[in-house]
Amino acid sequence: MLEIQNLTVEIGGRRILNGINLNVEAGFKNVLFGPNGAGKSALLMTLMGFTGYKVVTGKIIFKGEDITNMSVYERAQMGLGIMTQRPPNMSGVKLRSLLDVISKNGSNYIELAETLDMVRFLDRDVNVGFSGGEIKRSELLQLSIQNPDMVLLDEPESGVDLVSIEQLGSTIKNLLTGGSKCAGKRRRHGKSALIITHTGQVLDYVDADRGFILCNGRVMCSGNPREMLDDIKTKGYVECVKCKMNYL
Amino acid sequence: MQDELSLKKKAEEALKKSAVYGEDFNLDDYEIASKGTKITKDLTSLSAEDQKTLLNVGIVPNEENRSGTFVMLNNAVSHTSVKQDDAVELMSIQDALKRYDWVKDYSWKLVKPDADKYTATTYLQNADGYFIRAPAGKKSTMPVQTCLLIGSKDVSQTVHNIIVVEEGAQLDVITGCSTKTGVEKGLHLGISEIYVKKGATLNFTMIHNWAEQIGVRPRTVVHVEEDGTYINNYVSLKPVRSIQTYPTVLLEGKGAFTRLNSIGVAHPGSELDLGSKVIFNAPDTKAELISRTITTGGKVIARGEMIGNANGVKGHLECHGLVLSSEGTQRAIPILEANVEDIELSHEAAVGRIAREQIEYLMARGLTEEEAVGMIVRGFLDVGIQGIPDELKASIDETIAKIGEKAL
Ligand SMILES: Nc1ncnc2c1ncn2[C@@H]1O[C@H](COP(=O)(O)OP(=O)(O)OP(=O)(O)O)[C@@H](O)[C@H]1O
Ligand SMILES: [Mg+2]
Repeated sequence: MLEIQNLTVEIGGRRILNGINLNVEAGFKNVLFGPNGAGKSALLMTLMGFTGYKVVTGKIIFKGEDITNMSVYERAQMGLGIMTQRPPNMSGVKLRSLLDVISKNGSNYIELAETLDMVRFLDRDVNVGFSGGEIKRSELLQLSIQNPDMVLLDEPESGVDLVSIEQLGSTIKNLLTGGSKCAGKRRRHGKSALIITHTGQVLDYVDADRGFILCNGRVMCSGNPREMLDDIKTKGYVECVKCKMNYL
Repeated sequence: MQDELSLKKKAEEALKKSAVYGEDFNLDDYEIASKGTKITKDLTSLSAEDQKTLLNVGIVPNEENRSGTFVMLNNAVSHTSVKQDDAVELMSIQDALKRYDWVKDYSWKLVKPDADKYTATTYLQNADGYFIRAPAGKKSTMPVQTCLLIGSKDVSQTVHNIIVVEEGAQLDVITGCSTKTGVEKGLHLGISEIYVKKGATLNFTMIHNWAEQIGVRPRTVVHVEEDGTYINNYVSLKPVRSIQTYPTVLLEGKGAFTRLNSIGVAHPGSELDLGSKVIFNAPDTKAELISRTITTGGKVIARGEMIGNANGVKGHLECHGLVLSSEGTQRAIPILEANVEDIELSHEAAVGRIAREQIEYLMARGLTEEEAVGMIVRGFLDVGIQGIPDELKASIDETIAKIGEKAL
């Protein structure tokens, strides 16, 4: 579904990502771990094609096509969707009017807005004055209506209170699996995802397939996401860097 | 009499006096528009084209949901009708001066005839216009609509309007200004003197829809008494040669409030010099000035001025200008002045292009770049003006869609 090949990225002339190789197979839900400032968000932003993330070398292949130089719009059209860590204030743009446009495909957003307790935000400017958790719910609402084939989630659970996390988690689960419970079907019909998490809470709702650790703009290793999370919880990322050094 | 003579003399002397701001039009380049016209009893009998012209500035020809309608074509009144005659009185200024002795006390009192050449010529021509009165305590449920139309080429139109909202009354007025199809060049000079009495509310919306070679020089002063409220919405989205306006609101009674919203788009070749001034002359008066302008290649000067002369005054000025073309210019000039101690005046001004981040946020949701810009522009211009008809909304949307396309 998604192949990242030797991707090196600069922001404002500074190298942020260094020779990233990472795949997300169709239907796989992969997880990205790594310390603050590692470049996780930068990777997702680059995948979506946002301005400012300059690909110096390497390629991004999505659904077999090289999307490295495509516009954000073209990537979205191809079925890529994102929940960013820090979306911009959209003064004047009402959540309702945005959802009206996103739901051109005919999906109804009112029901989901109710589930996510977002109805009272419909006539507010998107993200303006939203709390951290409200931003996450609003982003997830938009993304679910957009219904992309491959979902990029940047710390979807961060800042979300213990009660809302249940709503949020199951909405993410629905978005990714389309409600299908059978593992085989999920693999074939479910969506692909690349999810950034620090706490791993989202893994309670998403059957993650593979984990990656990103440090200093490099992929350090990959493996079973739950085992990796346990390791990080007990040993932190220091081990990770050492391990990679031993490797080299 | 003595008074009138000296005013006349002063006005004559001011005929060559340039205005402080804006391109200096030569009055002699324009023929004085005709003072005669035939009366149109029923606006729906007008041609489809003329009706569309009216609709595009918020004037509904069938007068549905309107308490009264007034149309001025060139320099003559062509239509007056009132549906809610208990709540509003509407007639031409000339008729009002004949009917009520006291109207002269409201005429040329807020705007000085010798302010500049435009006021002077309007005064000297004894210009007609509308007189609207909301009697004390009366609240009309529907707005009065008035239309000032230039119907001939290369003429100057002079208009003099007076609105009096008496104690405790409430009134909504929509004024639409436009040109008939085919009229490209002309001059519109409009004097408005507005009185909002104790506890009264006036909601005044003005839609301008001019043509590429029209010069526009409105001169408006508003006098607000104790606990009075004056809301002003000004919209100009179409190409025009030059608009220079600096409406001034005098808050003269304790607790008076005003809000002025200005929305303008400067197309290539257009110059919009849009100001708003509030003078706080009474304690505990409040004001909000909001200006949202866009240039797609023209020049915008957004002036906002607040002068605090009394204690307990609060005012905020917000001046945002979008630049959608490198040919365009945005200049924001906020002025705050405090002349006593207990005053809170603030401003917030920003000019620049739409943040790339905002456009891409919407593109990531599947909107094209054009759609994204259109949506942001629409939101930018939406300051929540109430009561504009669907036709006008549709016309505004159309303009915004075009701006979205042009911005790329
Ligand atoms: N616009 C920018 N200008 C300069 N540096 C930037 C910019 N954006 C990101 N960076 C830098 O790139 C590095 C990676 O940032 P990124 O946001 O990808 O980290 P992250 O792994 O997502 O961290 P976190 O877990 O804290 O969200 C950081 O050092 C950050 O300061
Ligand atoms: Mg991050």
